[in-house]
Amino acid sequence: MSDDNLIPTITRQKLTKMFSEGKRFDGRGLLDFRELEVSYEVSNKAEGSARVKLGKTEVVVGVKLALGEPYPDSLDKGNITVSGDLLPMASSRFEAGPPDFEAVELPRLVDRAIRESHMIDLSKLVIKEGEKVWTVFIDVYPINDDGNLIDVATIGAVAALMRAHVPALDKDGRVDYHAKPSGKLPLHKDVLPLNFSFYKIGDSIFLDPTREEESVSETRMTFGMSSPGESRINSCQKAGELPLTAADVEMIMSSITKKYEELSEKLKKLL
Amino acid sequence: MTKEFKRIDGIKNNELRPMMAKVGVIPNADGSAIFAFGNTIAIAAVYGPKQLHPQHMQNPATGILRVNYDLLSFSVSDRKKPGPSRRSQEISKVTEWALLPAINLKEFPNTVVDVSIYILQADAGTRTAGINAASMALAHAGIPMRYLVCSVAVGKQDKSLVVDLTKEEEDFEEGEGATDFAIAKIANSDELTLLQMDGKIAPELVNDAVKMATESFKEIYEVQKKALKDFIEAPADSLDKKKKGAKK
Repeated sequence: MSDDNLIPTITRQKLTKMFSEGKRFDGRGLLDFRELEVSYEVSNKAEGSARVKLGKTEVVVGVKLALGEPYPDSLDKGNITVSGDLLPMASSRFEAGPPDFEAVELPRLVDRAIRESHMIDLSKLVIKEGEKVWTVFIDVYPINDDGNLIDVATIGAVAALMRAHVPALDKDGRVDYHAKPSGKLPLHKDVLPLNFSFYKIGDSIFLDPTREEESVSETRMTFGMSSPGESRINSCQKAGELPLTAADVEMIMSSITKKYEELSEKLKKLL
Repeated sequence: MTKEFKRIDGIKNNELRPMMAKVGVIPNADGSAIFAFGNTIAIAAVYGPKQLHPQHMQNPATGILRVNYDLLSFSVSDRKKPGPSRRSQEISKVTEWALLPAINLKEFPNTVVDVSIYILQADAGTRTAGINAASMALAHAGIPMRYLVCSVAVGKQDKSLVVDLTKEEEDFEEGEGATDFAIAKIANSDELTLLQMDGKIAPELVNDAVKMATESFKEIYEVQKKALKDFIEAPADSLDKKKKGAKK
């Protein structure tokens, strides 16, 4: 029954001190991820779905495909829409009602990491150029929030996309969700977008915060990265009221490739 | 005499789909549970009793119950736009009414107990699966309760009554068509807390439908109880679909 909006000053001081010594409550190193679990088939009504657990943080993601019109600036491409909801179920912090900024930002960051990586081959999602294309809906729902929702939701989205298929069309060109799917969702095989949110407390930078660690941190920097070979960074966003220094950015850039390799290897075994 | 109607799955008219139930699936919540009727899967979380805002909603005589039910966007074939709809608002309210008579919040004046119910996968009977999950989650949260609440839908296909319809059965159109009658009852009592129906049914069949549901509630109650007992013996901490309370 704790209200995790309120973090006692003593916790803040203790955590800041521990981080400065390179220590965490759960014994992890500052850049270590918690244990990752991925499972599938959350819903047999989705074209693809996954549930990801990172420590106690848990997110379910579903992919649905529906017919739509292309955007005027991309008549020869399908569409991507990422949305989601911070369900009151996942934390006492979340309340029903219009989305606050956190609920707006989460799907946008997942969207950019995936869209800019070109993981989905949108040119193959065209049924009739300029008129009819598939829209790929990726919906992310946190079930239990123990920090780092952005990174976890992105893993969930990627896992759900990897298993997703394209539904069949009937002879009138309408979607038949019950017929055998027409094939797998067209993906660029070597692209695996992931988000890495680096948090800062005092002078310490760390990854994969628990909710408590997240709530005492002053700054967040999220990078979307998608390719092992070229170590490609596709998106970034700094959040929070305090600045980062150039040295912080250098530190992050010096570790991000290794972290990407680590997490993508771990994830590939579970895909 | 009309010819006995044959169910699509070849199961008996009074047979429930396989049930799955488990409590303690959401670590952050004060109480939580998952409940499935076949392919319909509902999860529920309880937070509270907690301070109620805005203050003018507070009741100095008792705590209040607030239920929010919804489908996840990918729980149905045609994607459901996220966010509340008129359908989900109505189901939230009747679910609240279904649960309220079983609990006692008098000792928690000015507070609220929030119940969230989400459907992961829908194959008819989502509100009844949601009520079963929510009732277990309330018990898991330690909210004072008289008994658990059990819920099931009874349908009529042409002239036959059948329990716990699938979506395919619900869409049955031959003869008199399909009638869907969602019922909930407080266990170990004869108090009905949900009666919601649309379709076409004779007065005497309404009685029969209630009787049929009452028989099913015995099975549902055992599954709910077993899940709560299993949790005490071996606490779970995730959504893993281990068929702990599974029943054939």
